[in-house]
Amino acid sequence: MHKRFLSIWFCHLTTDRMAIKRPEIKDKPFVMASPEKGRMLVKASNVVATSAGVFPGMVVADARAILPSLEVFSHNSLLEGRLLNALALWCLRYTPTAAPDLPDGLILDISGCAHLWGGEQPYLDNIVATLQSKGYGVRAAIADTVGAAWALARYGQGRMIAERGGQREILLSFPPASLRLDQGILRRMEKLGFRQIGQFIDMPQPVLRRRFGEALLLRMGQALGLEHEHIEAVRPVRPYLERLPCMEPILTLTGIEIALKRLLKKLCDRMAKEGKGLRAGIFKGHRVDGEIVQIDIGTGRASHHPEHLFKLFQLNISSIDPGLGIELFVLEAPLVEEVNGVQNALWDSESFDNTAISELLDNIRGKMGMNTVHCYLPQEHHWPERSIKEVSFLEGKADVKWPKGTGRPLHLLSEPEPIEVMVPLPDYPPRHFRYRGKIFRISKADGPERIEQEWWLQTGPPRDYYCVEDEEGVRYWLFRLRLYGHGDPEWFLHGLFA
Amino acid sequence: MGEKSEVIRQLRAEIMALERFPAPRMRPTPGLDMGGIESSMLGDAFPIGTVHEFISQGAAGAASTNGFIAGLLGKLMQKGRFCLWVSHQRTVFPPALKGFGVEPDRVIFIDVRRQKDVLWAVEQGLKCSVLGAVVGELQEITFAESQRLQLAVEKSRVTGFMHRYQPRVESALAFATRWKIKPIPSQLEGGMPGVGFPRYKVELVKVRNGRPGVCQLEWRNGSFCPVPMQKDFNGRERQQHYA
Repeated sequence: MHKRFLSIWFCHLTTDRMAIKRPEIKDKPFVMASPEKGRMLVKASNVVATSAGVFPGMVVADARAILPSLEVFSHNSLLEGRLLNALALWCLRYTPTAAPDLPDGLILDISGCAHLWGGEQPYLDNIVATLQSKGYGVRAAIADTVGAAWALARYGQGRMIAERGGQREILLSFPPASLRLDQGILRRMEKLGFRQIGQFIDMPQPVLRRRFGEALLLRMGQALGLEHEHIEAVRPVRPYLERLPCMEPILTLTGIEIALKRLLKKLCDRMAKEGKGLRAGIFKGHRVDGEIVQIDIGTGRASHHPEHLFKLFQLNISSIDPGLGIELFVLEAPLVEEVNGVQNALWDSESFDNTAISELLDNIRGKMGMNTVHCYLPQEHHWPERSIKEVSFLEGKADVKWPKGTGRPLHLLSEPEPIEVMVPLPDYPPRHFRYRGKIFRISKADGPERIEQEWWLQTGPPRDYYCVEDEEGVRYWLFRLRLYGHGDPEWFLHGLFA
Repeated sequence: MGEKSEVIRQLRAEIMALERFPAPRMRPTPGLDMGGIESSMLGDAFPIGTVHEFISQGAAGAASTNGFIAGLLGKLMQKGRFCLWVSHQRTVFPPALKGFGVEPDRVIFIDVRRQKDVLWAVEQGLKCSVLGAVVGELQEITFAESQRLQLAVEKSRVTGFMHRYQPRVESALAFATRWKIKPIPSQLEGGMPGVGFPRYKVELVKVRNGRPGVCQLEWRNGSFCPVPMQKDFNGRERQQHYA
């Protein structure tokens, strides 16, 4: 596709920000300054101060001499980066690829975006007008390359949109500084009398390289579109992403739901065509006030079923606070997998339709948290606590069979609880035991079943398990820790048989 | 005479259909033989596709009740169906389910943080017609909530088991049956020492369109069997009593 870039230049970025925060100083001259080499240096000056002749790079004392009423604020060097990042995020409503361009600009890749606003001129006007209404003094320009757009935004007169392939004509009359060159190169050019790009653009490349180095050729190539220029987008574009800009800000729940349904339909249609399914989804709303509100979901297995995904989102949709209105909805799928992948093939011959169950579990997870659903598979360990392992639903099949027989109790206590017992002889089952102050008389018993510690996992004394039944028919699973002859054995209750 | 009884049978079926108890469900369910107690229920079969209520007191009663439910689950989860087991504080140890004929990896345990979430999860499960059964462990449930669950199963034909542990009141609910299961001492044949097959005193407290009853069952070889008749001390056969 034919590439188009838009460059925004914030003429007084930090001072504009200051004026937005403190409207009372808007019409007074002020500068932002920071100490450098033992003196205060002006880093940024607002429009009033600039028109009076105070420029960045001056010493504050000199500036005060020109303008005695000048106010001075301290300058934070990290502020520009933060501001530009936030502004780039805000610009995501115009294009998916926006990048901060330090120290005072933004670069937007607007290829294929402008027609949504009715062409490049209305698109540009919309951005500039919106930013100006916020209080930023901006200039913006559109061109085929980042370099040309950058130059046009800063040095252009009149029309701010370069025709397709028209960057060369525009650059001819611009000064060399519009090529984003180092100060050193610019000084050398000044010395040689190069005031306009047109004076050297047609010179042979080796000549330019010998005098000014590779950087000049690279910058010229980038501005003319001969060299590729990569921009670092503030949000990397996800391959599965749908956007829905709104004509009017959306405030109501119904409106949000309609937007979500439309986006889901688009995304699911696309994924269904490609045989993919969503595993994780994020639904974002860009609010009028610049905030981004979002809800996310996860699914147990890949799904491209719009109704099901909508249900999952619906559980949290009420947590979206529309504020003054949402003007752009974005649906992202950060995690996408093949549908009908290995899982079905691994599963049994009776091919049950497990999709309904997966969707049910997704619903439950979405409402009550990811840690509510548990499935278990057997593990080859005799130690009761280790005999099962937790898996996610339909994750593979057991490679070992469940042990047969009723040797394990239906109710297992999470921790074995100590009991006091009366044992007639060593290695005999107890006659009665006391648990939580109550005495249980044992009438029948089976055992012991000795379970040794698995030395490669854990060391300690073995457990001798007894299945005992009291006079009322209740069956307990007791064990004795430690052998006789190795100190006093302790007794524990570990479970109840059904 | 035969004609008359045929007419009465048809009328009964019609009444049942009107009472939202459709006839096809009342066929004797293969494999769900309950050792005699099903004769006290309508149509001589254990009703599936409805919700059953179990009330238990104490840890021992709860374990027996879960065992009894697991025995029924084993029959309902034929053909590789899945089951949902919703609980708030779960004590069930999955490998033991194998002893009741349930494949433990086909049971999906839902452990919710709050007690009142159990009902929501159970209702979602009961609406999902692919499931074989849904078990819910909870304490209190109101009549309106029970109606909701009953309505859900009438559409999806899933069987639900509501295990109420130590409820404060045993009020009337919209469920088809109410059971109370207690363990009773086991006995090995010939007075051999050791623990025998588990035995339960199964009390059918309430049943819609049937007669309540009490019986003693034993879980043996993968099904419930009536406790074998034993000679009393005075030589008479001990009577099993159904109310």
